[in-house]
Amino acid sequence: MYLYDTYDRALLAERVAEFRDQVARRLSGELSEDEFKPLRLMNGVYLQLHAYMLRIAIPYGSLSSDQMRMLAHVARRYDRGYGHFTTRQNIQFNWIKLADMPDVVADLATVELHAMQTSGNCVRNITSDQWAGVASDEIEDPRIWAEILRQHSTLHPEFTFLPRKFKIAITASAHDRAAIKVHDIGLRLFRNEQGEAGFEVVVGGGLGRTPFIGKVIRPFLKKRDFLSYIEAILRVYNQYGRRDNIYKARIKILVHELGAERFAQEVEAEWKAINNGELALDPAIVAGIAARFRYPDYNQLADDAPALTAARQSDRRFATWLGNSVANHKVAGYAIVTLSLKPEGGPPGDATAEQMEAIAELAERYSFGEIRVGHEQNLVLPHVAQHDLPELWRALDALGLATPNVGLISDIIACPGLDYCSLANARSIPIAQELTHRFGDLKRARELGRLHVNISGCINACGHHHVGHIGILGVEKNGEEVYQITLGGRADEAAQLGELLGPAVPYHQVADVIEDIVAAYLEVRARPDELFIDTLARVGIEPFKERVYAVH
Amino acid sequence: MTSPLQQKLKITGPVVITANRLADGAVVYRAADGGWTTLINEAAIATTAPAASAMLAAAGADDVLVVGPYVAPVEPDADGRAQPGNLRERIRVAGPTFDLPVIVGA
Repeated sequence: MYLYDTYDRALLAERVAEFRDQVARRLSGELSEDEFKPLRLMNGVYLQLHAYMLRIAIPYGSLSSDQMRMLAHVARRYDRGYGHFTTRQNIQFNWIKLADMPDVVADLATVELHAMQTSGNCVRNITSDQWAGVASDEIEDPRIWAEILRQHSTLHPEFTFLPRKFKIAITASAHDRAAIKVHDIGLRLFRNEQGEAGFEVVVGGGLGRTPFIGKVIRPFLKKRDFLSYIEAILRVYNQYGRRDNIYKARIKILVHELGAERFAQEVEAEWKAINNGELALDPAIVAGIAARFRYPDYNQLADDAPALTAARQSDRRFATWLGNSVANHKVAGYAIVTLSLKPEGGPPGDATAEQMEAIAELAERYSFGEIRVGHEQNLVLPHVAQHDLPELWRALDALGLATPNVGLISDIIACPGLDYCSLANARSIPIAQELTHRFGDLKRARELGRLHVNISGCINACGHHHVGHIGILGVEKNGEEVYQITLGGRADEAAQLGELLGPAVPYHQVADVIEDIVAAYLEVRARPDELFIDTLARVGIEPFKERVYAVH
Repeated sequence: MTSPLQQKLKITGPVVITANRLADGAVVYRAADGGWTTLINEAAIATTAPAASAMLAAAGADDVLVVGPYVAPVEPDADGRAQPGNLRERIRVAGPTFDLPVIVGA
């Protein structure tokens, strides 16, 4: 975990006092809604269909047990007893009163949480791999760089009023778990042929109504140039980004219209003017920030503890969960455990206050008090001793947090959709719920292998439908909800956008169509271990199209 | 740019004025007496564009009590009282279309 310093704490305290004054002035009528709206958005407060929604940042997805307990407190005291983890390592509460909002942010600040820059046309929460610092395939902890960017971009006066919102993600593994290629800036920390660690810089990715996969504009960026180069990208965007048309205002449109090469030239020119200035990163500063990350005091343990082996052999349910939800840790004798927030019939990404408190307790007991949030809307306990896995599993199972469906067809990403969101045209969550019932037989789901279903309730694509292996987009047509299906999207290192299957289908046919797609896959896959996405790449979309539209 | 209140309003059937209450965000409807109610069946119904425009303009002046007033379609019931006219408005009246994880007030 990163430890805040006095500067961070003072900044938060000032912000809470400022926001309390702004809310009071709005409630008294001193501020109009036109005056207040930009202020509340800068503090993560949206107005949704039923109530205000507060979006709280979880920087690079890292949460302490104390912070999770505070989220439970907010859920219980100010909301309706639950929260929703999002695809950008935030949590949203759906029912908070504006009059309570200052108290909420004051409570959050006591554990160094906040909602700054979770909305508005600024640099949003910097996201990262939920396995950062523990992944066995990682070259170093990317969160140090995310933290440098967090500090630099927080209240940055030049980048507070960008043409549009700006999202940055960082990974340090070959396998991309942070969806960096669909971010405004994606950064991949890797070692070049000379053995030096630096960044591949990807720009102009994004989803929404005009989706793009990001383009590499710099194959290798030295660490010292990390801040100055990102500053240069933001300056070029700030200068040339379209402010006249909200639909063309994201950096992806600028990169597309200029071309990646020309955009890169603009960035290089800007960068050369500042790369030897105050933004050149002194290794001592990086080391100082790295030193404020606290890592667990791991015990000397061996892999495959006897308790683990015995439980695996004696309990089939445990063995299934182990095979699905537990991953290799870079330290011997430890494991990374994913907590599925996708139980059968549950809204994807929701957790109750009771679950949050129990997770905080379990994290303290088994994971050095640390929890992670992933963009797939699941949670992670990143430092679990392998010999503790059977006991942890029993506790998670009792809480409904051990559904062994991680990465399977029922591990669905879904936006809040028309059930909550004022922008949505169609519902997302009930579609996800129906699919989890259809594929509630986890043996069947496992036989299908890795298969990502992503659902959005409007073209803004908060449910990342473009990059789902199966993407579902809800739209409204003549007053009815209909859903476009895309196939073949992916959000990893081989990121690509899905291809439209055909005409949209009505709400009540969506689950049947997905079943047809799955049936077609089972018929045409070359062997049981050929993944859906690989079968699709081999045979193309036609067999799926024929199957679906012959029936419906 | 023309403000939404100045744009010519087109309606295709009966409508009400709805908004969210400033202090807590609750869904509210404009009543015939110019006040706000949380019950859609107490909302004043307009059946012509000029009437709806006048109600919306009056609601827009009420910036301290409510946020974001707009015209929403309704289907009057047998007693002539407003009922939501589309899915979005049905959801605003009744809440999400699935069981919430926690029962309110439990």
